[in-house]
Amino acid sequence: MEEREKKIRVLVAKVGLDGHDRGAKVVARFLRDAGFEVIYTGLHRTPQEVAMAAVQEDVDVVGISLHSGAHMTLVPKVLNYIREYGGDPDEMVVLVGGIVPEDEFDELKAKGVDGIFIPGTPISEIVDFIKETVPKKKGMKVKS
Amino acid sequence: MDVDEIVEGILSGNKRALARAITFVENEYPEGKEILKRIFPKTGKAHVVGITGFPGVGKSTIVSKLTQEFRSRGKTVGIVAIDPGSPFTGGALLGDRLRMDGLDSSKKLWIDPGVFFRSMSSRGRAGGLAAKTGDAVRLMDAFGFDVILVETVGAGQSEVDVIEVADTSIVALMPEMGDDIQINKAGILEIGDIYVVNKADLGGADKTERWIKAMLMMDQEAVEILTKTSHAQEYEVQTGKIFDKVSRAGWVPPVIKTIADKGEGIPELADAIEKHFDYLKSSGKLIETRKQRLSREMIEILLQEMKNYLQRTDKINFKEVVEKVSRNDLDPHTAVEKIMKSILKDY
Repeated sequence: MEEREKKIRVLVAKVGLDGHDRGAKVVARFLRDAGFEVIYTGLHRTPQEVAMAAVQEDVDVVGISLHSGAHMTLVPKVLNYIREYGGDPDEMVVLVGGIVPEDEFDELKAKGVDGIFIPGTPISEIVDFIKETVPKKKGMKVKS
Repeated sequence: MDVDEIVEGILSGNKRALARAITFVENEYPEGKEILKRIFPKTGKAHVVGITGFPGVGKSTIVSKLTQEFRSRGKTVGIVAIDPGSPFTGGALLGDRLRMDGLDSSKKLWIDPGVFFRSMSSRGRAGGLAAKTGDAVRLMDAFGFDVILVETVGAGQSEVDVIEVADTSIVALMPEMGDDIQINKAGILEIGDIYVVNKADLGGADKTERWIKAMLMMDQEAVEILTKTSHAQEYEVQTGKIFDKVSRAGWVPPVIKTIADKGEGIPELADAIEKHFDYLKSSGKLIETRKQRLSREMIEILLQEMKNYLQRTDKINFKEVVEKVSRNDLDPHTAVEKIMKSILKDY
């Protein structure tokens, strides 16, 4: 592993027609307190907008919050657009938060998602997951 | 992406390359410095516009609407938006981007090929900017944006660093933020090339506008104008219109009322920004200010290099010198003079 440090940048995104942003805002706030730099997109972004933000902000983590049931459609779309805009989702830690039925976890992970966090997840679990997974994907130390 | 790819990418309009370059610079990787060296010849064309003001006056909304306005005028826009980083945890919640378009995506600013938006944490630095804001601006400049908007941290009274990167500084205020004494306090209210009274649909906007105009005019020349004012002009004095009649040499900062979320006053603001850039160019002030700024920057780099040198050289044992000083065997001034003499022949 390369001996260099990096501040972790996280995009917290709301995609599509889904007005439930309490969870995303709470997660954004706690990730801030964990020492990450968190960019929140606000509500009703399109997959293109989220993907472009991930590329321009050069984030290490893309966290997508979904309570609309459209995760199987929208999450792969975001990842495809990241590729289309020249980014590499394999270099990013992709997280999904919100309402995801457990029997869809494997399928969603097969589509490129690294971690899924449903309501009731302790925030420390998300923080630990990020701190553990980012260095693996980026090949660098984490500064916090 | 390696340095070659990134430099080539920036100069050929690859946004991913620009994004990665900013990351390298922000984290002080050696590649960042190398990239900055190589793109430097391509910089200096963009108009850098700083927007500062207290938290919540509407800086991000103004940035969003200004971006729309400049895009409709055929200009490309790069944006660096800084929010505070925590001095305790190092974390930051960067919430300027979400104001772009607000809830209305119809302008498609997020995916507009002529727009690039980067959020930055101040990483605990005071002054309103992040340490690497200037370098991020330079990268965007080399990329080729016509206008680069720099949005500061919500500023207090003394955060004036924005003038170190911006050609044109906009100070945004809103009604009822204090009386005329507040407006006349030193610091941030001295730096505006353009003043904006946002949320002008709230009561008191006219009063704020008048106070700013009075503050700007408060010198001998203005006193003469006001004492010569006839009774018939009373109305013009009270409304502040009298100040519009003052013609003076150089640039008189305009005061523009806006209702940013409705887009009102934004075309006027864009006009003023363009006018100020023309003024800077025609008066020679642009070259002059940029030169002064470069001189300050180079001195800063020089001091930094000096620090790095002291840490790694074995010509001087800095720790030992500090020891001596702490034992009162030597005073700090003589100690440093000795160090200087051992580094520079003709000191």
